[in-house]
Amino acid sequence: MRVATVLLTTFLAACSGGAPETKEIVIGQYGSLTGGAATFGLSTKNGIEIATEEQNAAGGIAGVPIRMVLEDDASKPEEAATTVSKLLSRDRPVAILGEVASSSSLAAAPLAQAAGVPMISPSSTSPKVTQVGDYIFRVCFIDPFQGTAAAQFAYNTKGVRTVAVLTDVKSDYSVGLAQYFKETFVSLGGTIIAEEAYSANDIDFKAQLTNIVSKNPDAIFVPGYYTETGLIARDARGGGYKGILLGGDGWDSEQLVGIGQDAIIGGFYTNHYSVDDPSPVVQDFIKKYQAKYGTKPDGLAALGYDSAKILYQSMTEVAKNPAHAAAFADRSAVPATEGARKAARAALRDELARVKNFPGVTGTITIDKDRNAEKPAVVVEVTKDGPRFVESISPGGSTAPAPTGTEGAAPADGAAAPAVAPAEAAAPPVEAVPAAAK
Amino acid sequence: MTLFLQQLINGLSLGAIYALIALGYTMVYGTLQLINFAHGEVYMMGAFAALYLARFLGVDTNPTIPGVIVVAVGAMTFCAVLGMTIERVAYRPLRRSSRLNMLITAIGVSLLLQNVGLLAFGALQSFPSLLPEAKWQIADGLALRSQDVLTFSVTIALMLGLHHIVERTQIGRAMRAVSHSRDTAALMGIPVDRVVSFTFAIGSVLAGAAALLIALDKHTIRPDMGMTGGLKAFVAAVLGGIGSIPGAVAGGLLLGLAETFVSGYLASTYRDAIAFLLLIGILLYKPSGLFGKSTVEKV
Repeated sequence: MRVATVLLTTFLAACSGGAPETKEIVIGQYGSLTGGAATFGLSTKNGIEIATEEQNAAGGIAGVPIRMVLEDDASKPEEAATTVSKLLSRDRPVAILGEVASSSSLAAAPLAQAAGVPMISPSSTSPKVTQVGDYIFRVCFIDPFQGTAAAQFAYNTKGVRTVAVLTDVKSDYSVGLAQYFKETFVSLGGTIIAEEAYSANDIDFKAQLTNIVSKNPDAIFVPGYYTETGLIARDARGGGYKGILLGGDGWDSEQLVGIGQDAIIGGFYTNHYSVDDPSPVVQDFIKKYQAKYGTKPDGLAALGYDSAKILYQSMTEVAKNPAHAAAFADRSAVPATEGARKAARAALRDELARVKNFPGVTGTITIDKDRNAEKPAVVVEVTKDGPRFVESISPGGSTAPAPTGTEGAAPADGAAAPAVAPAEAAAPPVEAVPAAAK
Repeated sequence: MTLFLQQLINGLSLGAIYALIALGYTMVYGTLQLINFAHGEVYMMGAFAALYLARFLGVDTNPTIPGVIVVAVGAMTFCAVLGMTIERVAYRPLRRSSRLNMLITAIGVSLLLQNVGLLAFGALQSFPSLLPEAKWQIADGLALRSQDVLTFSVTIALMLGLHHIVERTQIGRAMRAVSHSRDTAALMGIPVDRVVSFTFAIGSVLAGAAALLIALDKHTIRPDMGMTGGLKAFVAAVLGGIGSIPGAVAGGLLLGLAETFVSGYLASTYRDAIAFLLLIGILLYKPSGLFGKSTVEKV
């Protein structure tokens, strides 16, 4: 095995050395293509792939095609760090896209920062990620906002007064989101009546849920990832719990219902976009995605697409300077050109920091001074036919809710919600999404 | 009180699974003094064997009791063959070399199977409901699920069967003889290779049963399930006294109960920390485990 790898590497090196250089711009991407959060990485990859194809069809960046180098980190933060250092040293990319899980982005971001390579995380929501340094960006909202949105939805829309929180103690994302949810929920006047914890890869949650169910909270907030969340829902309903299950964007996977089955149906989570959004940007993306992959894109695919789109737009802008354009396509290992490459990447960094009102699939994206995206969150309900839009909550705190007190997705009035317009009975029937076959 | 009883049920059903897997560790250790780290992966493979067999036979869409029995027997047979193959291919050639070599090989086999599983099966698959699931509400806040009853009763039945094999049959006597002294047993005309092979087969069958039970309960199987499950079961085997069959059962149940009651009454945030602290305490007091025989190393 190792011998084969060495041979292959030597062979590839020989090829790139001998053959005349084809001009290309290399972008690195790392993600969880296998492991516990595999659908996150696969969806993101699919979204990025569509954006890259579009860009290359339109002539790439200043006439030079983009080549995406993709590496798998097996859903492990320590692998993410290894993977990114491999990308940086071997492929010398202009920029890096990834990861979904905040723990993985946090492990890799310092490497990109130290190398001066801009990194855009499509969907890591922990605030710590972009605090790593000025080369780290994201195109999603952050957990303080997501937690606030979830708490507002629970307290105002659902009339929830008591909540139990069940956190994955091994995940930066989960711990952070739980904390922001609790802060807002308590400040609104609600009570947290139980706090329990689990670890990623657990399969039995009955001990924690027996405790929670005995206190009978109005809702259980589970800021975890879909694998455990599905099992938690089963153990909750199996233990006789009848209240509301509530979570964050970590639930967003087509496998959620496959794992949780009936138990998870009717749960609510905050997410980045809704497939019910009639805006042409969204529907156009859904159509392309479905034509290529046969399923509806989840929020992570949409964020992957947006992250690549924003990157390519900024690169195109920077490449108007011919020196920078040449530096982007320059992959030689000559130290003399390193300065030019560095300058081009710094220009790209500045350009990314200036992104304003970008019309993304996941809403209008403006990069703020902390390199985070300001945009609204949507709350969706888990149904057999996929997530269904309930309401949209914008960063200012205004909501475009379904009328309070009624169940089901009544139309939002749409005025305050730039990203998501109402989903209604008139919405076309959603096709059943086949289970992941890959 | 109902809360206590409910947690007791939770703990016993969790512990029963640990116990079943722990038996495989302990039996192999008893005969070869080898910690078979690939055992957790045999357990994982058993779950996927059951899934594909159920799909192949159409039992997943049309579950019948004979169909489920065929799936169970098939999965356990697959595990037995896999366990024996691992022993034949990876461990037997090294039996005369240092024990560390075998241990490293075991870790290698474990990683190999886990990654092959990841490539072949993907990250996660859902397991169909093959048996009707029921829940009996005994009192307010106290319920008994059919899966828990199934897990516990199958575990007890398999343990009694294992006890019978080890204590009452010819091959069981041979296994005990080999575990006392391999060389002496060989001199007495016991076919050591066959006995070792049989030990792997029995341990793997139990892992296969555990895999099916957990798959029927959780409906989710993953190529890395052997890692966590195997680690906990290994700890259970050490706790009970590695090499001791009743020890593995006691260790498994104790670990399941410890985890559940720490979560239930202390703090789930520190579940693993407190549960393992407890285990360290027990091992400090009884270094060879609950049922372990302390032996004097011959010099």
